[in-house]
Amino acid sequence: MRIGVFICWCGSNIAGTVDVESLSEKAKFLPDVYYSEDVKYMCSEIGQESIKKAIKEQKLERVVIGSCSPRMHEETFQEVLKDSGLNPYYVEIANLREQCSWVHDEGEETTQKAFELVEKAVAKIRFAKPLTTETLPVTKRALVVGGGIAGIQSALDIAEAGYEVDLVENTPSLGGRMAQLDKTFPTLDCSACILTPKMVEASSHPNIRLLTYAEIEDVSGFVGNFDIKIRQKAKSIDHDKCTGCGDCTEKCPAKIDNEFEEDKEIRKAVYTPFPQAVPNKPVIDRDNCRYFQKGKCKVCQKVCPAEAVDYEQEDEIIEERYGGVILATGFDQLKPEGWEEFGYGAHPDVITSLELERMFNSSGPTGGKVVCPSTGREPKRVVFIQCVGSRDKNKGNAYCSKVCCLYTAKHTLLLKEKLPDTESFVFYIDIRTAGKSYEEFYERARSTGAKYLKGHVSKVETDGKELLVRSYDNSIGEQIEVEADLVVLASAIKAKGTTEGLAQMFGATGDKDGFLSEAHPKLKPVETQTAGVFLAGACQGPNDIPDTVGQAGAAASKIIGLFNRGEVESLPTTAEVDASICSGCLKCEPVCPVGAISSEQIEEKVPGGVVTRQVAGVNNALCRGCGACTAACRNGAMNLKGYTHRELLAEVDNL
Amino acid sequence: MIKIAAFCCNWCSYAGADLCGSSRLKYPADIRIIRVPCSSRVDASLVLRAFQKGADGVMVNGCHPGDCHYVSGNYHTRRRMALLKNLLKFMGLDDERLEVNWISGSEAGKFQQTVLDFTDKINKLGPAEEMRDMRCQKPS
Repeated sequence: MRIGVFICWCGSNIAGTVDVESLSEKAKFLPDVYYSEDVKYMCSEIGQESIKKAIKEQKLERVVIGSCSPRMHEETFQEVLKDSGLNPYYVEIANLREQCSWVHDEGEETTQKAFELVEKAVAKIRFAKPLTTETLPVTKRALVVGGGIAGIQSALDIAEAGYEVDLVENTPSLGGRMAQLDKTFPTLDCSACILTPKMVEASSHPNIRLLTYAEIEDVSGFVGNFDIKIRQKAKSIDHDKCTGCGDCTEKCPAKIDNEFEEDKEIRKAVYTPFPQAVPNKPVIDRDNCRYFQKGKCKVCQKVCPAEAVDYEQEDEIIEERYGGVILATGFDQLKPEGWEEFGYGAHPDVITSLELERMFNSSGPTGGKVVCPSTGREPKRVVFIQCVGSRDKNKGNAYCSKVCCLYTAKHTLLLKEKLPDTESFVFYIDIRTAGKSYEEFYERARSTGAKYLKGHVSKVETDGKELLVRSYDNSIGEQIEVEADLVVLASAIKAKGTTEGLAQMFGATGDKDGFLSEAHPKLKPVETQTAGVFLAGACQGPNDIPDTVGQAGAAASKIIGLFNRGEVESLPTTAEVDASICSGCLKCEPVCPVGAISSEQIEEKVPGGVVTRQVAGVNNALCRGCGACTAACRNGAMNLKGYTHRELLAEVDNL
Repeated sequence: MIKIAAFCCNWCSYAGADLCGSSRLKYPADIRIIRVPCSSRVDASLVLRAFQKGADGVMVNGCHPGDCHYVSGNYHTRRRMALLKNLLKFMGLDDERLEVNWISGSEAGKFQQTVLDFTDKINKLGPAEEMRDMRCQKPS
């Protein structure tokens, strides 16, 4: 066997702490190593060429590369081998950068460890077997989870490319957070005016099936063929009969806090979330309906002229197969209840920015008037507090919520428009306006009269009727106090709690703040760790509308690309059974998370005839290659290709 | 010098170790990471062989329970390793030398801290002579 070892300098990233030249020299004496060299940048074209050249000239059969993490460049080097006519899985990477040069200081010990990592990789590749993949067809139907602007945009982009999309939204209407906004920065477009046409387009597009008031129930399968169960919650209204007249909503006696209005108004138990809702037909919220809770009422049924109310309707499970999935589940806004310093919840005139947003809106709880909730009178002085729960390691989130600087600037401008005599003060710690035309917009807010004060607010005094905001003003170096009629908290964007369980079903991982993790922070911004599952919008992190729409398009294009290709390669690293030593105990079956193992009957020649006996069989199309079965097998009959007993033991032996 | 074998699942702990690297968080060079697709791939023979071949401590690192890329793999790991610890104890080996940790791909700091703590612990316990096959020692 002829093994080639290639050690990458990675500029100074590896060569800075590891003596790569002596390492490459020393590697020549490892068993079966025939050739070794060191290259400045192995992943570059020159680096790749040097491997190809060596494979050809030295007739190499296997390759070990000492470089960065295999998670980064394994595929790159597999391609190199493939181009050179070798089995692409005859390459093993020793992770010299992330696991050695970057985490240890320069010295003999680090170079020694690097050598041992190469030794370990050489030991493993000696036992490698050629692996093959199969191509599997892709189901050309996409699933988009979340009906906000991100989900709507992705669904429209995929549908426009000619593929079918199911758009699942758990509330009764499309729209998401953007529907709650009054105007959008930096153009001050009316949010509904640009969103509603898209909602309507999505609902009427022939390639889009809209499933509102529905949730994902179960997920199985993998890229190209996800089998997904969707629970269509009972709407209790027959939408085919319903004309959307609204009589039922008007007469319903139940009164519930309206979440669309940030609980500042009430809605009924039979309701459409907001006037421009799509579909614009009501559902019955069974948790709050008097008939469902107490067994008496039925007012809506009595008043419905179309006889559309159907209390007997049941949840329906829709099972469908999808080729790819986009998660666009959005965000929540932090409600700093119980945080004493801001007085939110303790004084009615301390509100969040989203509550102010609803107040600005002409269909909101105040009909578009900005008032102090305690008195109903117009405020004379409004204090805006930035970074409530953002950039606050001690109490809130360490990260910046990205959009608050700009929406507060927007609020001061809108306030000036509505109430020209009202003063606005903005307490900030830094202003961040990274985005096209954002700095100009912020300048406009300042020049229009909003007073910006640099300093973090220490307390909003709420005793008595007055509000008094205390802060330290960094620019003058003094404690200051500002009396306010209304305090608006630019409260943090946080991950939605419900996203976690959903992400788990799809095998997407969350980051430390609960947002969904992209596969690579720079190069794979909309991909997840699960092939075929993509992200769009604020479920991935705080985001403004333009970036969300951009991400949605990117995620959609990934799906379109997948569908155009029409097939995916199966995993090479699946489990395999050695039937000759399998005892058929099937201990492997229950540990398999995807049900890829089943019992098979084989015929075996024994002295005096043929017997039929039970063994385990693996369905390679289903197997995801975790290896749980391999570890569970008592006779060692089960093996995981690419991570066989022999390969892993070779690694362990060369620790 | 002690030696630690760390089995890391590709999706969480290995990614966490990578992030630890790109964040330049330092830890001692005693650790050797072995990449496995899922922590549930780690069977008893691999752990025992590691001890036999010179490891003084073995870490099996996976995704947090409930966060497994393969849905349920780490639950099998948790149970299997709990049993194996009992076996180690029965064999007269300090079961502290085997540790199971849950480290996600974003927890670079946790990865570093876990390695620091474990190295510290193993340094205090000293070399694991009980299990070692002395014939297997690499010439130093």
